[in-house]
Amino acid sequence: MASVLEIQNLHVSYFSREVRSRPVLSGVSFDLMPGEILGVLGESGSGKSTLAASVLRLLPPNGQIGSGAVLFEGKNLLQASSEELRQIRGARIALIFQEPSLALHPTIRVGEQVRRVLAAHQSSNKNVLYQRTHEVFNQLFPQDADRILRSYPHQLSGGQRQRVLIAQAIACNPALVIADEPTAALDPVTQMEVLRLFRTLRDKLGLAMIFITHNPALLSGVADRILILYAGQVVEWGPAETVLRSPKHPYTKALFESIPAISEESEKSRKSKLPVIPGNSSPSSLPLQGCSFEPRCTLRMDVCREFEPPLVKLGRTHIVSCFKYKE
Amino acid sequence: MEPILKVENLGKRYAKRNLVGMPQEFLALDSVSLTVSAGATLAIVGESGSGKSTLASCIACLETPTAGNLWFEGRNLAQATESDLRKIRPQIQLIFPDPASALSPRWTILDIVVEPLVLQGKLGRKQRATRAFSLLERVGLAADMAERPAAELSGGQRQRLAIARALTLDPKILILDEALSALDCSTQAQIANLLLELQSSLAMTFLFITHDLTMAAHLADEIAVMSHGRIVEQAPSAEILRNPRQDAARQLLAAVPRLPRAPLPTTPQ
Repeated sequence: MASVLEIQNLHVSYFSREVRSRPVLSGVSFDLMPGEILGVLGESGSGKSTLAASVLRLLPPNGQIGSGAVLFEGKNLLQASSEELRQIRGARIALIFQEPSLALHPTIRVGEQVRRVLAAHQSSNKNVLYQRTHEVFNQLFPQDADRILRSYPHQLSGGQRQRVLIAQAIACNPALVIADEPTAALDPVTQMEVLRLFRTLRDKLGLAMIFITHNPALLSGVADRILILYAGQVVEWGPAETVLRSPKHPYTKALFESIPAISEESEKSRKSKLPVIPGNSSPSSLPLQGCSFEPRCTLRMDVCREFEPPLVKLGRTHIVSCFKYKE
Repeated sequence: MEPILKVENLGKRYAKRNLVGMPQEFLALDSVSLTVSAGATLAIVGESGSGKSTLASCIACLETPTAGNLWFEGRNLAQATESDLRKIRPQIQLIFPDPASALSPRWTILDIVVEPLVLQGKLGRKQRATRAFSLLERVGLAADMAERPAAELSGGQRQRLAIARALTLDPKILILDEALSALDCSTQAQIANLLLELQSSLAMTFLFITHDLTMAAHLADEIAVMSHGRIVEQAPSAEILRNPRQDAARQLLAAVPRLPRAPLPTTPQ
């Protein structure tokens, strides 16, 4: 099967006045199959949002894609013209952002906001647009599509607004949806509903999705594969169940251990110290050579300080970037 | 244990206007009662809009409740005069969810920590600085950062700074309103450990307001579940996890995202 998206050796850096250029993504490669949900996990500053922006070439002016390729349905988006990009953005690849109240226009009815997305990309026939808008709302709000369609954003709850953004995203039948922390502003009950909705949409529409988050627990039961970013590099990539249950990279392991367990057995550990990863991943504390996680790693070896770790294949689809697994 | 804080039938009514401008009333807190033991942590959990933050503002004396009593060390804060409240507010400190917007980005770290002492007219200039440095050390911020602006700090460091500032006036109660929610998982663990350390060394009382039931269950002795302005259930944390009585608690518990713990059986690949 051909992949929907294939990212090859992507390098992105930001220019700033103090530093000449700072790499934000260095050598990121992965692919995404049709109907696959890829969870991209990383802490703030790991480059996960930059990854989303690079795919659609929506980087801020000081961002620069150094090298690499972004192949979407076989076409390299890094070489696409701006007109070609315009036709892909929002139609073939849709983005969902984390703050639904900022992404919607406050004084336009939400139905109209979805209709405009359609109008920008598809037929201008009034009836067709109207019908398709209704169809999309019926899909996301089976109970009261008509009422929601006529509402303004402030009349809707956070969860309903996030659904409107999802409606905008799927309106043009995209092949790929990129969701950047889509549930960060929602409470757990609503968050759960939105996560389920993503699964349903994937099953119904065969969408491929990139789900970006900093919370590994959210990916359980949602993602098919998980890609873990640390300081702009892929440290681990593999099937979700394998990565979540038996993480291999020292960073992934330490990250999962730092999250408290919620169960009756956790009674003994209540109010006890959580295992933490010492230090932080701010750009100033990253090493200039060798493995970026080396200063914080409890399993570091001499070789880690000098050389960049290789990508080691553990299974057919499980990849780890660490000297520990090198034969 | 002796309760340090006792909330009795607390109510908070907001006047608002509906779309056509007619006055309307909104009951944010509806007869809320709870007790917090000295030196313990009570977590208040609930969905968005359930009244958690309004309750925090009332307890911190930033909002005046419209009904009920608020007993703190034998005094009823709901009836206290403004000049009394000025004396009480330093003892109940509030930490906000987003440390980036809670701290002035251009102020130096030292100025931020010292300001409460300046406002209260406490200590001389030198003593204030000594106190500030000992607090920075306590929360794990290096002394050589003191002259740097807050904007240069990472999210976790900013939350450490917010905690240091809250501690300057030796509060008895620290209200943490979604204090960990904006942080990365690994940073959350670091700050959670800091809070536990502070509680055991300073015997402070924490009110931990959150919708993250996982962290609430880890940090708190007791959990109170709020829904539509009411407390529907208050019980020891283990009790709520094992046997949630009310629908609101059950729903929250069912929605907690969980990390699968058991390792996969190793299959030859």
